[in-house]
Amino acid sequence: MSLNEIASLHPFFQLAPLVVFLPVLGLLINLLVGKRLGEKGIGAVASLATGGAFAVAVLLAVGLAQVSEGGTLTLANWINLGDLDVNWSFRIDTLSVLMMLVVSGVGTLIHIYSIGYMHSDVRHNEDPGRFRRFFVYLNLFIAFMMVLVSSDNFLMLFVGWEGVGLCSYLLIGFWFEKGADGIGNARAAKKAFVVNRIGDFGLLIALFLLFYNFGTLNFTEIFAQAPAVAAAAPGAIMAITLFMLLGVTGKSAQLPLYVWLPDAMAGPTPVSALIHAATMVTAGVYLVARSQALYFEVPAAQNAVMWVGALTALFAATIAVGQYDIKKVLAYSTISQLGFMVAAVGMGATVAGMFHLTTHAFFKALLFLGAGSVILGVEHGHAHAHAGEHGHDSFDPQDMREMGGLRKRMPLTFIVYLIGALALAGIAPLAGFFSKDEILAAANEKSIGVYVLLTAAAFLTAFYMGRQLLMVFFGKPRSGASEKAAESPLLVTLPLVILALLSVFGGALNLPGSHLLETWLEHSLAETAPGQFVLTVALISIGIALLGLLLAWLVYGRKPIFEKGQPDPLRRPLNGLFKALENKWWVDEFYHTVIVRPYQSIAKFSAGAVDQGVIDGVVNGMGSLVQSGAKAWRRYQNGYVRSYALTIVFGVVLVITYLVLR
Amino acid sequence: MPMSYFIGLSVVMFAMGILGVLLRRNPLVVFMSLELMFNSANLLFVAFSAYHQVLDGQLFVFFVMTTAAAEVAVGLALIVAIFKAKRTIDLDQMSSLKG
Amino acid sequence: MSLGLIFMYAALALVVVISGVGLITSRNAIYAALFLVLNFITVALLYIALGAPFIALAQVTVYAGSIMVLFLFVIMLLGAEQLPIAEPLRGQRVLGILLAVAFLAEMMLFVMLRGAPTIAGQAVSPEFSTPATIGMLLFERYLLPFEMTAGILLAATVGAVFMTRQPRPEHKSALPAVREEGQE
Repeated sequence: MSLNEIASLHPFFQLAPLVVFLPVLGLLINLLVGKRLGEKGIGAVASLATGGAFAVAVLLAVGLAQVSEGGTLTLANWINLGDLDVNWSFRIDTLSVLMMLVVSGVGTLIHIYSIGYMHSDVRHNEDPGRFRRFFVYLNLFIAFMMVLVSSDNFLMLFVGWEGVGLCSYLLIGFWFEKGADGIGNARAAKKAFVVNRIGDFGLLIALFLLFYNFGTLNFTEIFAQAPAVAAAAPGAIMAITLFMLLGVTGKSAQLPLYVWLPDAMAGPTPVSALIHAATMVTAGVYLVARSQALYFEVPAAQNAVMWVGALTALFAATIAVGQYDIKKVLAYSTISQLGFMVAAVGMGATVAGMFHLTTHAFFKALLFLGAGSVILGVEHGHAHAHAGEHGHDSFDPQDMREMGGLRKRMPLTFIVYLIGALALAGIAPLAGFFSKDEILAAANEKSIGVYVLLTAAAFLTAFYMGRQLLMVFFGKPRSGASEKAAESPLLVTLPLVILALLSVFGGALNLPGSHLLETWLEHSLAETAPGQFVLTVALISIGIALLGLLLAWLVYGRKPIFEKGQPDPLRRPLNGLFKALENKWWVDEFYHTVIVRPYQSIAKFSAGAVDQGVIDGVVNGMGSLVQSGAKAWRRYQNGYVRSYALTIVFGVVLVITYLVLR
Repeated sequence: MPMSYFIGLSVVMFAMGILGVLLRRNPLVVFMSLELMFNSANLLFVAFSAYHQVLDGQLFVFFVMTTAAAEVAVGLALIVAIFKAKRTIDLDQMSSLKG
Repeated sequence: MSLGLIFMYAALALVVVISGVGLITSRNAIYAALFLVLNFITVALLYIALGAPFIALAQVTVYAGSIMVLFLFVIMLLGAEQLPIAEPLRGQRVLGILLAVAFLAEMMLFVMLRGAPTIAGQAVSPEFSTPATIGMLLFERYLLPFEMTAGILLAATVGAVFMTRQPRPEHKSALPAVREEGQE
């Protein structure tokens, strides 16, 4: 549809491209004149750009409330090559606008938070000049994320998909010269990039197969043809959906490609909140939800998605129990919760998955930002406790063993963190309870195995969140830094409060009685069923959440812990098992031995024997061949004019011979 | 007179020009041999001009002569310049461009 | 055709061949030049026989006259050097003669195989190649080649003058390095 046509549907719809162009405008301003704006100006420009995108998304939502079918707005023809015809066009429907709202809404809050956070972070890392770069990257990320969620074809989605991957790489490696051995952060960024590449390869193959089987990459056309193609070539749809699943496991950090996300915590905390918890990692969930029509055709692929999600949910939750880094715990929790969402979209409960995606964006962003606030406070305390001393190398402001008792020193942070943790644990009536419960109810109906896995994961979720709360905020301060910790500035805490409110009331989006989100999304999704509310499931869910919290208090809350380097109280009862948790089941080591090491030796072989031996040998051989040939021929270039003339006459005689014999 | 007379004469002149160019080491004689070859070509031009009763052949001879004059001027200037530099005009002494 | 005419043509051919052989065998360049003049004049007679008096006269005046005088000047200027007969290039002499003979044989063969025509009519009208008709053709159809030839001649003149002039002494002091010294 052109601009005029879409405007005739609803005047607000023609604003859709602004969700991409406003962040781009913001980043251009910061890129070009940011140096003169100062930190406040840079932050304001970036936040306004994202906030503007949010406002546009709200207007689109208003428009959709009246014209619920939405529409597509074609900006330009991108590729027109034989059968391949791809447009730059924006799809305005309830699903994409929901994603826009989440991305730009949470994004705006995180932008505001970042102004305060990066102010001290760049000083802590002694390079204030990077403040501007951070916001440029952040706006670039929002722009790409908007491209991803607003596209109306798979290729444009792929552009956004790769773009957010790039931003993720840039932001994980934001302090690329820091980290272990000075390259730890760069390594983490590289790992994220490479692991994502594996997933993107899967998505790319899926795109090729889509185009091969459907002859188009447009969402509407593909989904309309899906049943016919599935009847003609069921294997093709199976392959497409499974390769897409590979892409999802990469981007949304599912088994077996989740390993990059914990390392991605090397990025600044707002990045962890925005990209690695709330938005980018949910792109995989969005992709499955969007391609729902394809997945409905192959139940086997649906089952694969469901089981991958459920296994990831439990697996990551176990690892989270054994971590000491405040952000690592949240990272594994994110993987686990993404597992919930993937399982939900896998089992066809798309609305539940999107619901959980939304609420999770609220409370996980809140938790990460809260953790960032804690880190800021501890860093502040460290600076005060050790004023005049040199070097803070051995001190890790993210180690929960060094914290404790922060409840009194950072009361506001504590309250919002508590809200986030309870929402994540699934305590009624906070947001997480409703969304998680809807997934559990769907699982209960679909497969008892998945239900058990997810419930176990929910129990562990409550346990590790309780453990974290107790380790960070309760007890007595276990280091000078946490003793001197101070509350963060208003710019940091204000977004926390807003997110906390969203975490409390986010459940209202899809209350069991009203099904607001479900009626909203049914315009975009092929088949939706009203989320079930099963009382027993809900009771069990609350019960195990409380049980988990209680167990956490029993282990970590009753007596002082980590005094004088004392090990984790869980270590003695669990012994070897806890060691496995602490070491993340040695998955990284396993990958290193099974994949990375052989790969490197293959690479070494290729570089040494193949490249330097064979290929360079061929090239050098050509060179010496030419050289020796030239050496032989140069005898004829003897400098005597008469010799040359002889050669010419010889040629003339040859030509005449030809003419005579012809 | 049959055309073969002129053609044969022309070919003989040309062959003698070839021999002169290939065998003589004095660049002046080489030049003269070149003029001989020009002449053999000119002879053919004129003969065919008469045969076809077309005047253009004679005009070509005219142009060849003019160009040959230019060529001689430059060639002789070159020989003089070389003689100034090397104090000899032996063609076989001029092989500094050998590979 | 009368016997006398045949004798005349045979004699002319003989003179052409003998003067050519003389040109390529005489050791002294002066003799070679004189043989070439003889050759040119004989060919000019053939031109007249072919009904091309203008070309014949141009041949005599331009070629045998001025160009050969130029040759003689240069020979005098450079001292008419006598070069040793010994052939320094291995195989040059044998290969050269072989190639020339092969060329000759092939061309003869070619002419015989294709069958050479005789000159039709023989009687060329007097108006065929008067200077006037040649001039008309030259300045009408061949005007552009004519002008280009003029350009070539001019370029050759300038080039010849440039190559043979004496390097002026002040040009050496115009070299950059020298000038820098002069300034400081």
